[in-house]
Amino acid sequence: MEQFPALVRSKDRQPVRYLVVDDSVFARKNLTKMIDSFGGQVAGEAGDGCTAITEYDRTHPDIVLMDITMPQMEGIEAAERIVRQHPDARVVMVSSVGYQENIVAALQKGARHFVQKPVKPEVLYEVIKYVLGDEGLALASATAVAGDSGQ
Amino acid sequence: MKMDLIQPFINAADAVLAEILQCNTRIGDMTMEEETYRRKGVAAVVVVHGDIEGRVIFDIDSVTATKIASILAGQPVEQTDQIVYETICELANLVIGNAVTSLNDQGFRFKIHPPTVHKDDLGLQGNEDTEALVLYIETPSGNVFLNIAMRYNRRRRGEEIAATV
Repeated sequence: MEQFPALVRSKDRQPVRYLVVDDSVFARKNLTKMIDSFGGQVAGEAGDGCTAITEYDRTHPDIVLMDITMPQMEGIEAAERIVRQHPDARVVMVSSVGYQENIVAALQKGARHFVQKPVKPEVLYEVIKYVLGDEGLALASATAVAGDSGQ
Repeated sequence: MKMDLIQPFINAADAVLAEILQCNTRIGDMTMEEETYRRKGVAAVVVVHGDIEGRVIFDIDSVTATKIASILAGQPVEQTDQIVYETICELANLVIGNAVTSLNDQGFRFKIHPPTVHKDDLGLQGNEDTEALVLYIETPSGNVFLNIAMRYNRRRRGEEIAATV
């Protein structure tokens, strides 16, 4: 997979930490590969909305990548609950179901952005950069934070 | 056969496979089928219910499923029933999600049920309203077969027309 200029937190130049929420093992693996290529770190994973909430509380990630259609609790409701508890949470919805109503519903519930599956790494990278805003920094070298990835 | 309802599924399958496998794909022969469906490998069925209703069957053999699983996982995976089921369901979810996006933006409202793995050799017969379109998509990993039967829900459409009068 293509390597991207590492995205780090501008405040401490540490890798951006992600919570990956998807009921598909393949989707989680795929997103994890992309996160690696962005110089990020997976802080936690969840396979449903309920687990996503507890994992958010446990890991306090910088970014949540959240599927929509999942068992027990769907992603839009989980995003709403996370954002209600943590107004600064940055949730990016990642779903194959990308029709207008779904996107609007997700944004109204507090999601910051929407990426349609199958995810293109370059699209996700740009979305994460946008969502991080001033709190993210793209380093010139993709390997600049490799030594910190165990943090 | 309502091609305007079926085309989004074909387009989505072609685009999704090309994207996730990073390859050129080719849509193989299309045939109409009114006979009972006979699966070729492992099949996942997705049922659609609402303004339009019907079902889509995704069907791939275990070797193809394992090759696709290895690409999805980014590393070689062992051929197990679980891997094969997860692969076909993941493919089904991706394709259906993209097709639903297109149909929903055209104004159709419906519910999609999660994919179920179809293990019987026979089943899901078409009829004059829901005769199935059968096609396959050629990929370097093997062929992915689709069997699509979709129709307008007459009652729903009737209610909508009545409501606008």
